[in-house]
Order: sequence, then structure tokens, then C-alpha cells
Amino acid sequence: MSALEVLRFAVKGLLANKMRSVLTTLGISIGVAAVILLTAVGNGASKAIENSIAGLGTNLLTVSPMRGGAATAPRPLTVADAEALADKRIAPDIRTVSPVVVAQATAAHRGVSHSIGQVIGTRPSYFDATSSPVGSGAAFSDSDVTEARKVVVIGQTVAQELFAGDDPLGKQIQLNNIPFTVVGVLAQKGSSGLQNSDDTVVAPLTTLQYALTGTGSLSQVVVQAESAEVITAAQNQITAVLNQRHGITGSAASDFRVQNQQQLLSTRTQAVDVFTTLLAAVAGISLLVGGIGITNIMLVTVTERIREIGIRKAIGAPRGAISGQFLAEATLLSMVGGAIGVLAGWVGSRFSFSGIQPEVLPSSVLLAFGVSVLIGLFFGSYPASRAAKLRPIEALRHE
Amino acid sequence: MTAPVIEIKGLRKTYGSGDTAVHALRGVDLTVHRGDYVAIMGASGSGKSTMLNILGCLDVPSGGRYKLDGIDVGSFNETQLSLLRNRKLGFVFQSFNLIPRVSALGNVELPMTYAGLGRRQRRERAEAALQLVGLSDRAHHMPNELSGGQQQRVAVARALVNAPALVLADEPTGNLDSKSSGDLLGVLGRLNALGRTIVMITHENDVAAHARRVVRLVDGEVTSDHRQAPL
Ligand SMILES: Nc1ncnc2c1ncn2[C@@H]1O[C@H](COP(=O)(O)OP(=O)(O)OP(=O)(O)O)[C@@H](O)[C@H]1O
Ligand SMILES: [Mg+2]
Repeated sequence: MSALEVLRFAVKGLLANKMRSVLTTLGISIGVAAVILLTAVGNGASKAIENSIAGLGTNLLTVSPMRGGAATAPRPLTVADAEALADKRIAPDIRTVSPVVVAQATAAHRGVSHSIGQVIGTRPSYFDATSSPVGSGAAFSDSDVTEARKVVVIGQTVAQELFAGDDPLGKQIQLNNIPFTVVGVLAQKGSSGLQNSDDTVVAPLTTLQYALTGTGSLSQVVVQAESAEVITAAQNQITAVLNQRHGITGSAASDFRVQNQQQLLSTRTQAVDVFTTLLAAVAGISLLVGGIGITNIMLVTVTERIREIGIRKAIGAPRGAISGQFLAEATLLSMVGGAIGVLAGWVGSRFSFSGIQPEVLPSSVLLAFGVSVLIGLFFGSYPASRAAKLRPIEALRHE
Repeated sequence: MTAPVIEIKGLRKTYGSGDTAVHALRGVDLTVHRGDYVAIMGASGSGKSTMLNILGCLDVPSGGRYKLDGIDVGSFNETQLSLLRNRKLGFVFQSFNLIPRVSALGNVELPMTYAGLGRRQRRERAEAALQLVGLSDRAHHMPNELSGGQQQRVAVARALVNAPALVLADEPTGNLDSKSSGDLLGVLGRLNALGRTIVMITHENDVAAHARRVVRLVDGEVTSDHRQAPL
């Protein structure tokens, strides 16, 4: 009996109970599609983060406060700390220092209001340091900072939400009811995977401190090194200066953290990796459940068709033909299910999910499809061998 | 003369064990030569089906020897037995036992599929077999679209399509009316006239009258063996 005949019998067997076959196939399809799609989302997220961080430039260092594990009370980052870093005699490899405060606020213009993702207060050097060029208008100046003028540079998303196509330059917006004049609009930046970098406004540090955050601690200090080559030296200089100012000596734990883009990247991608692994685990479980569905259906099919198996044996079907037929049925179910799942996962990955454009990993397609076929073989072989082992007379007497 | 198609000696079959053991066959001897047409009769529970199932290699005896076409099948494994069922035996059941959702033609082709014959050859031989049982016009009907008598004739066509040495039938007319029974017996008679060896179980005397020889079983033993027509 040829393989083609076995396949023909299997197709006939499956078509004999269409609804059941379709539902079983669906179980596998969902599992396979889930594996492909969820890993694609995770992959897309980490790609987006890589791109956005790479866009920041390689000579950028970020100093952020850290709750130290040491007994000494952690001291916040202050503007004075930032001033100290700007001293060329102590820290020769540092080009610019931008103290940063971050706040939450609602912006309003003529009755339209929008809750902004991130309100940043800083100095003009921030724009260059973080590669956030101003698209139209201009950045605020150093004198705007010293005078604490109420001027603001807004991101593309904010411009769209509040002005809907009108030119925002020179117009007034309210940040938490305080009027600011728009002097510039940032160039489009895009999503960084987890947050929208265009949903932001940048204002002078002092203005924002007086208006919103208070003059105490900073959220961050953004430091630009002279070049990418001296980044490690710059990092060491920052650490030395701040250790001294914060009174940290010897082995005491720091109350701040200096990270370059590579380190920032790895912490963020680590978070995404955990998230991707979780998604993949969930997807894997749904694939397994689909496999158990196949075993269940094949067992039911075998039990239901014991008499038929008896008849086939009575007219001389060898064991291999019987087990082959049921194994082929199970494998066919899982292969068709797998193929549909691959298709569904691929189609699903065309859409973006909350700003993340999924990127299908070819390995996940191979893995999911391969696993689904193996599931068919593995979970189908038990019912198949059970069917083949039946004695003809026992099978025929089965009611 | 060639070896007998069936040669059994001291055939026994016991179901269960201990106090509840049922001795369905208690040492049956029977020899059937090529071209014979044997009717097996006996009361219900006398062991007729048990014997026929063993002859058809669907069941194994508890004791005794069985030679089919000169070959001792006692030592055969499952693979060899399935080959034997496919090439040397044709079985007709009281309850027809066609494969559901497979056309009459498909059912008749099935033994040849398991024998590994090509598509064209299967089709030709299946059509010839259906013609022999007078069902050429029903070839593409499903079993549930056929009358009982027609289903049974499809079953006979399926049993003879691989040109077996022996056709076994367990009460083939048991579920049929007298008209259908007559048709079926006509088919079996023609088969026998063409040289096929047939062993058939029946409860009815007028059915047994079509056979050349009548064997009677009582409580798992042969009590009479009567020849009605010469070989
Ligand atoms: N699988 C079985 N398990 C236990 N006992 C069985 C089994 N099959 C048959 N028997 C017993 O063996 C005996 C012979 O049964 P068998 O089916 O051969 O009778 P039969 O002559 O064909 O009867 P009928 O004319 O009613 O078909 C009966 O007593 C029956 O109860
Ligand atoms: Mg019986």
C-alpha cells in the first residue's frame, strides 16, 4: 500500500467529520499563530528600543539618582552637582552638561487639552546632546533659562493635538494653567517602543522648577562627552566628581548611576527580553493545549471507529496501514493547523500594537510549524498504535 | 489431488478460564476440498461462529491444528495472518459490515488497495466483481443508500475480488427477506460453479439445501456430516 493511498484514506477520514476536524485544526492554528505573533511583538519592541537609543548618539551619558543600599542617607542630584561637572579643569572630557527635571502636565490651547507624556525642563544644550533637533522655530536660549521665561518647545504629537495643523509658533499654551509661548517645534522622532518621544514638551529648567517641580532635586543630568572615544574617561570623571560631592568614599554604595547608551540599551532590552520570554511561554502552552486536543480527538476517532478498524483488518489491512492511516490523520490535522497558524501569525504581524511594529522571527515560524507537526506525530502515535494493535475479532464485536 | 483448502484436527476454543470457562469448540475435525460448498448448521450457541472466525483467521484457537490451503497457520504472526486474510480468505458477515461513507465500488476496491494493486487494475476488477453480483448500476452508491440485500451482495463482491481460496459466510441471509436471500444464494451458487470453495453458516434448511454438503454442530462438536451433491 503506497503512501499516497494512506494519505487518501486519512483525508477521507478527516472529511467524514468536518466540524470536528476544523475545530481541532483551529486549536493548533491558534497556538502556532500565538507563538509567531507574540515573539514578533517582543522582537519588534526590542528593535524599536535599539533604534531609538542608537539615535541618541554614542557620546551621551545619563546620570540618574539611585536609592543606595548604604546606611548613609542618599543625596539627591542638584543643579550644583551639574555645575561642578561643567568645570573643565576637573572634568576635561565633558563637553556639555544638561540638568533635567521631568514632570507631568496637561497642556491646553483654546479649550483643547492634552495630557503630555513627558514635560522636560532643561538647558539648550539638551537638544544637541540628545539629538532632538528643533524642526521649526528655535530652541530657547541660555538667557531664557536665567530669566526663567515662560517659553516652550513642543513635540510633534503635542503640536498635532493642540493645533491640528495650524502653525503653533508664537501661540500661547497653558501648562497646568500657566501660560507659555511656543518658540519651537521638535522634529519628528517616532516611538521608542515603550513610549512616544514626540509626546513631549521641553521648557527652560528654571521656569519648570518654579512652575511645577520645585528647585530641589533633578530627575537626571544628561552629559555629552567630547567624543565617543573618551566616553569611559568622562564616565570616570563624573563618578569622581559626584562621589566627592556626595561624600562617598571607599566601598560605600553610590547614590547615583552613570550609564552610557550601551548600558541603557541593555537594561531596557533585558526588560523586553523578560516580557518576550513570558509571551513565548504563554504561546507555547497554547500550542501544547492544541496538541492535547489532537490526542483527544484521535482517541475519540479510534474508539468510534473500532468496528471499522475490525472490518478493515478482516479484509486484510496490515497493521502499518491502520496505524499509518490514523497517524496520517493526526499529522495532517496538525500540519494544516500549523500552516493556517503561520499564515494568521504573518498577517497579524502586519498590524502594529500600541506603537510596536511586530517583526516576525523566521526561527519562530520554523519552530512553531515544526513543533506542531511533531505534536501531530507524537500525540497521534498513541491512538494510532492502539488502533493497530486491536485483534480483528475483538474490534468486530465492539458495539 | 491437491491439498484440501481446510484441514482442521482437534480444534478447541475455550472462552474465559476456571469455573466460568465456556468450551465453545471441543475438538472439531473437518476437511474441505477445493470447490466444495459446505453449510454449517446447529443450534444457537453451538459454536458455529467461533469455528468460522477461526477458519477466517480472525480469531485464534485454544488448541488443535488448522491448515489452510496446505499451510499450517498456527505459527503465523499478525503480519502473516493479515496477508492470509487479504489473499486467501473472503469473509461475508451477517450484518454486511461495509465501511460507512465509502461507495460500493470503494468498498470492493479496498482489499486490493491493501494488496497493493494499482488504481486502474483495482477499478477494473471491482467493476467486474460488482457485475458478477448484479450491482453495476449501484457502484457509486454509499452503503446507506443500498438495501440490505444489495449491501450483502457488495460484501460478497468484496470477499471474492482478491480471488481467495476460501469464501466464508456467517449467516449471510440472516438479515435478508426471501427475495434477497434467493438473489444472494444465486450469486454464491454461481461462484461455487466457477470453482470457489464456500463455507456458510445458516439456520435455515432451504438455505442449506443450496450447499453440496451439510455439517451439523452440537455443543462444539460435529455430530453429522452429510453430502447432498457430489464435488
Ligand atoms: N467472546 C466471547 N466470550 C465468551 N464467550 C463467548 C464469546 N463468544 C462466544 N462465546 C460463547 O461461545 C459459545 C459459542 O458461540 P458462537 O457465537 O460460536 O455460537 P453460534 O453457534 O454462532 O450461535 P448463533 O447461531 O446464535 O450465532 C456460546 O456459548 C457463547 O456464549
Ligand atoms: Mg453465530
